[in-house]
Amino acid sequence: MSDDLKQKHGTTGHSWDGIEELNTPLPRWWLWTFYATIVWGIIYTVLYPAWPLVNQATAGILGYSTRAEVAERIAEVETANAGINEQLASVELTEVAADPELNQYAVSAGASVFQTWCAQCHGSGAAGAVGYPNLLDDDWLWGGSIEDIHYTVTHGIRNEDDWDARYSAMPAFGRDELLEPEQIDAVVNYVMSLSGTPQDASLVEEGAVVFEENCVSCHMEDGTGDREQGAPNLTDAIWLYGGDYETIHETVENARFGVMPNWGERLSEAQIRAVATYVHQLGGGE
Amino acid sequence: MGILDKHAFLEKNATLLLACSFAVVTIGGIVEIAPLFYLENTIEDVEGMRPYTPLELAGRDIYVREGCYVCHSQMIRPMRDEVERYGHYSLAAESKYDHPFQWGSKRTGPDLARVGGRYSDEWHVDHLTNPQSVVPESVMPKYGFLTHAMIEGEYMQDLMSTHALVGVPYTEDQLENAQSDFLAQADPDSDYDGLLERYGEDSVNVRNFDGEPGISEMDALIAYLQMLGTLVDFSTFYPDESR
Repeated sequence: MSDDLKQKHGTTGHSWDGIEELNTPLPRWWLWTFYATIVWGIIYTVLYPAWPLVNQATAGILGYSTRAEVAERIAEVETANAGINEQLASVELTEVAADPELNQYAVSAGASVFQTWCAQCHGSGAAGAVGYPNLLDDDWLWGGSIEDIHYTVTHGIRNEDDWDARYSAMPAFGRDELLEPEQIDAVVNYVMSLSGTPQDASLVEEGAVVFEENCVSCHMEDGTGDREQGAPNLTDAIWLYGGDYETIHETVENARFGVMPNWGERLSEAQIRAVATYVHQLGGGE
Repeated sequence: MGILDKHAFLEKNATLLLACSFAVVTIGGIVEIAPLFYLENTIEDVEGMRPYTPLELAGRDIYVREGCYVCHSQMIRPMRDEVERYGHYSLAAESKYDHPFQWGSKRTGPDLARVGGRYSDEWHVDHLTNPQSVVPESVMPKYGFLTHAMIEGEYMQDLMSTHALVGVPYTEDQLENAQSDFLAQADPDSDYDGLLERYGEDSVNVRNFDGEPGISEMDALIAYLQMLGTLVDFSTFYPDESR
């Protein structure tokens, strides 16, 4: 057998202790595949951008460009949705829910927008987190009608980038020495009593006076708040930062200043309307 | 087959084979890499790019030190799903002042190339201190200690000089005022006109980023994050079709 092969292919001439190396050629199929890949390599560089020249690389005869492709893909989807997006952007906000097809589109598209841009603060299920409002309930800081939600999403809250952002600032009663520590203690007790947590009666009485003198212009006489100023309702036992003594004390001492970005510059009008529709139908919309 | 027969000679001389293989790989490398240094469209001209302010540069160093790049990339690829989620695809020009660049290829967390302005400063403080408090499903570690690590910026000039050495065009004026600009950016009550004049009125955020007195590493990191991806004016950008 080995003598046959030796006859057929010969040896490389290497010989160690009588062991010789056959000069077997590469299998034909392997060799031709190898040549084919070289040919394909050359064809590929002709078809697609490849060879660097003096000022730029050859563009390839197919004219392929990653950037053109991504622009094309985006345009494709935009064209497909152009009609319904235009309808969504132009119809009265309050009328969106009345049109089943438009409403379904707005809610689905809004859910995607929400997951991409809003979930990081408001939670993937929109239940919020400490300091970031829950959007599932019917307690609204700046209003829960679809127009209010649309305005909030467009301009944001207390950000520096949009002059029309919703704005209010609670004074830091403790830090800026507007109230004495005892007064703060009393008013915190009073605020806790508003939502039905029993507190020391004399402190509550004292706190009511402090509240009357310092807080009612925003939180109203009865503590139900004012949406024009984003002042929360203090009587409903729903708390943005927490309803325990320490947290409310911190709020009165140093104030809070929650910021929301303005999405008007990042999202299209249709996207903003879609996400407003989505949030509005989560359960708390007015 | 004249020349091909000579190949046998090459195959039978290991050192020569090694030397010739090295020569072939070197040619391949030169053809791929060298043109990037002279081709005019490698880095496009765009409006708005500027070197990082001292505070942002310090924040960038903290970003690198804490290994943020291990889980976060900073490059939005030109594909529809990426553009829809993160914004305009990244341009080479956007990392031209990065030494080293932070592109990355591992995304345990989201891409951060355009995270600037997307969330409030307060969110960044909450999230860096305890990521799970705002994103319950997150596996990111806690970085609350940054709030307590105070920095004065006394080495900013050295750091910026080093960046200037590798090609970042910091001016004499910027280098001389490195520390004062560093301090001004995190203090809205300071005299920050010089800072704005040196780095650009519209692109520099002057705020107390972490809401606490003094300048901490938290301030620097948030200043860096809030700038990411916001510099280029895309209204003036037209993609180079030949690229």
